[in-house]
Amino acid sequence: MFLVNSIKTFGNYLILMGRVMSRPQRWRIFFRQMMREIYQLGVDSIPIVLLISFFIGAVICIQMKLNVESPWMPKMVVGYATREILLLEFSSSIMCLILAGKVGSNITSEIGAMRVTQQIDALEIMGVNSANFLIMPKIAALMAMIPILVIFSIAAGIAGAFAIGKFTGIMTPQDLIVGLQYEFNQWYIWCSVIKAIFFAFVITSVASFYGYNVKGGSIEVGKASTDAVVSCSALILFSDMILTQLLMQ
Amino acid sequence: MIEVRSIYKSFEGQEVLKDINALFENGKTNLIIGKSGAGKTVLLKCIVGLFTPDRGTITYDGRDMLSLGKKERLLMRQEIGMLFQNAALFDSMSVLENVMFPLDMFSTMTYNERLQRARACLDRVNLSGAHNKSPEELSGGMQKRAAIARAIAMNPKYLFCDEPNSGLDPQTSLVIDELIHDITCEFGITTIVNTHDMNSVMNIGDNILFLADGKLCWEGNKKDILNTDNKTLNDFLFSSEILRHVRDMEKK
Ligand SMILES: Nc1ncnc2c1ncn2[C@@H]1O[C@H](COP(=O)(O)OP(=O)(O)O)[C@@H](O)[C@H]1O
Ligand SMILES: [Mg+2]
Repeated sequence: MFLVNSIKTFGNYLILMGRVMSRPQRWRIFFRQMMREIYQLGVDSIPIVLLISFFIGAVICIQMKLNVESPWMPKMVVGYATREILLLEFSSSIMCLILAGKVGSNITSEIGAMRVTQQIDALEIMGVNSANFLIMPKIAALMAMIPILVIFSIAAGIAGAFAIGKFTGIMTPQDLIVGLQYEFNQWYIWCSVIKAIFFAFVITSVASFYGYNVKGGSIEVGKASTDAVVSCSALILFSDMILTQLLMQ
Repeated sequence: MIEVRSIYKSFEGQEVLKDINALFENGKTNLIIGKSGAGKTVLLKCIVGLFTPDRGTITYDGRDMLSLGKKERLLMRQEIGMLFQNAALFDSMSVLENVMFPLDMFSTMTYNERLQRARACLDRVNLSGAHNKSPEELSGGMQKRAAIARAIAMNPKYLFCDEPNSGLDPQTSLVIDELIHDITCEFGITTIVNTHDMNSVMNIGDNILFLADGKLCWEGNKKDILNTDNKTLNDFLFSSEILRHVRDMEKK
């Protein structure tokens, strides 16, 4: 039964995406909506990304210092491990998990509220393809903004590591710099960006799907946004596993 | 003119509409009345195409709506204006932007022409002072009027209103009713209004359909309705003290 329901839900998701992936009826309005979403989903997320990445960078640095460093390991290990964690997982997958909470619930509740107040019906009656009109700009906007968020997250994480080194004196910036530059592989940044773009699609499309299919009233909208965040998180972690395997070989 | 023939619609085994036949003429306000849960909204949604009926045909001036292709149906939607029960204004836009939205989306007019048209529609519903307000800043009656302005922006041939008076006081209801009636006569629109408000029935009921339990139970105009001997309709109409009083006065 669970399997049948999952397949049904996935089918409905594909049908909705079929309606989303069509040519916008008016490009001018599409770009206007997309600018709005870039602001609302992307620019508004910059502070939380910076803040969280800064602290995580600092915490990773402390943990590495306490748990990994020992007299027979080179000093640069701390910086090296911090960089690898940020580049490989934190600034793509974990940051997208956090965005799934912020952006995903925002999208589901916005579209869900439009559904229960009949604004989506109003669009349909006018002859607007409501799925394309509402969802496509969100997907495009977050996919366009996410590389910037990834770069900001990496930068803030490294800044956090430096800050903790400087203020607590647990290590010198020189050691950190050597570690951060040690065997740097540019491909890892691309991996991060590619994964994050994929996750951006997952977050926006899945959250929109939950919002678009709300039936009932405000309680259902609340429930749908919780469900959306849970599904997005699970899908991000699952696809992270596959993408990592594919990209890192 | 909209013609509805033997419409059936059920949800999960529950029959909501049973064999509805009706003719809605243009330039007249056609009312669908009935108790809450009688199926008025479902019928209206079937007619506009938000629901697909299980059986039956719906023709708009000779065009069979249900057999139209996707593209043609989208095009026909531009001839339709609809007023939803709770106005359904887009809350991310100002009132003026709401009215301009269908024009932005579908018309080939220049920006200034669209602005002019939107302003004219807002003037028509006496909302010239509220252009830049957002929908939640408006009162219920003003929201309904803004929604009417949005519905008529594209010069529709068909106008549908789902309970335009719900949640409004009698005086404001009257304003909305007369607005709908005047617009209908002015532009020769085919208008269908769902209501359970007896004031509207007596004010603007050119043609009245009474639904009970998903069946068409009675049809006529506002003159006939007071003298009907249909039992279900009588029970529905004269459940209020005032109307019983009015009927008795008329009879004397
Ligand atoms: N989307 C739906 N799914 C299932 N049942 C519905 C749906 N919409 C309406 N109904 C049922 O149809 C009946 C008529 O509802 P409705 O047309 O909204 O009544 P009203 O005359 O008050 O507008 C109700 O019993 C309602 O439960
Ligand atoms: Mg109703």
